[in-house]
Amino acid sequence: MLTNYIKIAWKVLLRHPFYTFITLFGISLTLTVLMVLTSFIDHLIGVHYPETKRNRSLYMMQLGIIDSTKNSRNQSSLSYKFLKQFVLPLQTPEKIAIVSDRMTTNSYVGSKRLRLGLKFTDAAFWEITDFAFVAGKPYRQPNVTNGDNVAVISESFRDDYFGKEAAVVGKSIEVDNTRYRVLGVVKSVPDTQLFTSADVYLPYTVPKSNYLTDSYLGMFQVIMLARDSQNMAAIEQEYKEVISRIPVPFVDNGFKAYHLETDAKTYFDTFANTQAGGPDIATFLTLVVLFALMFMLLPALNLVNLNVGRSMERASEIGIRKAFGAPITTLLGQFIIENLFITLLGGLLALGLSWIIITLINQSGWIAHLDMTINLTVLIVSTLLTLIFGVLSGIIPAWRMAKLSIADALKS
Amino acid sequence: MISLKKIEKVYRTSTIETLALTNINLHIGAGEFVSIMGPSGCGKSTLLNLMGLLDAPSAGQVEIGGQTVTQYRDKDLAQLRNQKIGFIFQSFHLINDLSVLDNVEIPLLYRAASSRKDDTVGPTRRQMAQEALEKVGLSNRVKHFPGQLSGGQKQRVAIARAIVGRPSIILADEPTGNLDSGMGNEIMAILQQLNADGATIIMVTHDETMAKKTQRLVRLFDGSMVGDSTLMYDV
Repeated sequence: MLTNYIKIAWKVLLRHPFYTFITLFGISLTLTVLMVLTSFIDHLIGVHYPETKRNRSLYMMQLGIIDSTKNSRNQSSLSYKFLKQFVLPLQTPEKIAIVSDRMTTNSYVGSKRLRLGLKFTDAAFWEITDFAFVAGKPYRQPNVTNGDNVAVISESFRDDYFGKEAAVVGKSIEVDNTRYRVLGVVKSVPDTQLFTSADVYLPYTVPKSNYLTDSYLGMFQVIMLARDSQNMAAIEQEYKEVISRIPVPFVDNGFKAYHLETDAKTYFDTFANTQAGGPDIATFLTLVVLFALMFMLLPALNLVNLNVGRSMERASEIGIRKAFGAPITTLLGQFIIENLFITLLGGLLALGLSWIIITLINQSGWIAHLDMTINLTVLIVSTLLTLIFGVLSGIIPAWRMAKLSIADALKS
Repeated sequence: MISLKKIEKVYRTSTIETLALTNINLHIGAGEFVSIMGPSGCGKSTLLNLMGLLDAPSAGQVEIGGQTVTQYRDKDLAQLRNQKIGFIFQSFHLINDLSVLDNVEIPLLYRAASSRKDDTVGPTRRQMAQEALEKVGLSNRVKHFPGQLSGGQKQRVAIARAIVGRPSIILADEPTGNLDSGMGNEIMAILQQLNADGATIIMVTHDETMAKKTQRLVRLFDGSMVGDSTLMYDV
């Protein structure tokens, strides 16, 4: 039966090439926009280089200290002092890495100024993440303990500083009037990766970092690796307990704090809280689905209109199928399947178009080192969107066609 | 086999009401070959549609095989049509986008006939369609499309489609109307053979010669039955 439907759908497509072009153009354009958008959202919050263990990682980005009336608060990244006292001693995580905010500084090659992003990290940072080293290796615990002036640099910074694909391990770079020996070169990370994107990575103990401050507020963020996804709740719980034991009030840099606001969160929650105003995942997904539906509605209505307009072309077929025993529900199924077939063709076209657009966006430099992809997640979401579009645009014409009276259908 | 009792059919639009059939009482027994004649617009096709459950009467009762079907739901009517009735139309109503074999298979799509080759559950849809095409002498045209066939061949495909599900009733609406007399006679011969094999056939026709080849002639005029006579085969 399905083969019969697909054959018909294919022949209907070939019958009017211009109509087919308009239909497929509308479907593929709509789905392309949604696929590119899906790919971008996936790039922002999905599991990507170099954070391939994001599914079992928890993140801390900020700490808030609040006064007694809860009207005044100081909020910033966390200090090394705070991390040393309350985070690094946690028992439940498999590993804990600290990494500073991305700081912008300058470096000079001759008279040419290079603006670069700098991050101070510990040795565990290289174990929790999966950076691809194109040359050399990361700094290890002894380098951190000794505060060695060593660095890992990104591929793009190497190209800007030393020249394309130069052998640079063991050579020195000068950043902020300090020389660092290059230990390794990593594949560049897109600027959208909040915890891992930088041009130069240095041990947090180098003199320039000034990591020893007296406040709880500082410049560090934390990535905690859970043993598995079940272990994440235990980490959150342990952290909450540790925080609840901090005696309040306390004075931090002259600010009398009565409450602390800090959580170990998933990457999505961290991203949503700091970058998107804080919706939870359910709200976010609802908003995305609503947007996608609204976006699909207009082209779907257009397709409905075209399909309804053409339904009388197939009156004889409808009459015959009904006369020979097709109930309304079966015909409804047939026309929806046919529409899904056409929509899936549009989806395939959209996939090709999306790949081209994603490649162009990646190469445009709009976001440095952007590496949007069409991965399994994007593919699944795109297929779902395509199916929804197919059903949305197919159901009304299908219903109208299926409801045609047999006698009228055969007369026409 | 088919009984119509006090049948009326009225077509209504917002401005006009047309009485297509009035007070039709007709019983057709199993194995009969009945022709229905009358001038254009007298209600022949409407009557055939009512007998074929393609349309519902405005009043009266339709019985098929002793069952009153007037109150049946769409799904039940569809099932009854699929199992008991085959249709042949003047303009063939073949689906041009499907091959001859696919066209003939259509009635089998809506029943539990298997599409796979499994001898334990009887013939497959393909086998049944091929058998039907053999009966009408078109087994060499299975992969052709309707557009590649002559009028007579198209009507034979339509007959194969009507008989593929082995229905007990065949309703033919002017099956020879679009054919020359030679082709018409061939089609008529096939219908006579099907009747000889046990099928009940009801045929609407304008052609007195064709009507004379059936066993019984029902005449309509202006929506009313004006004649019902038994004929001898004119072989």
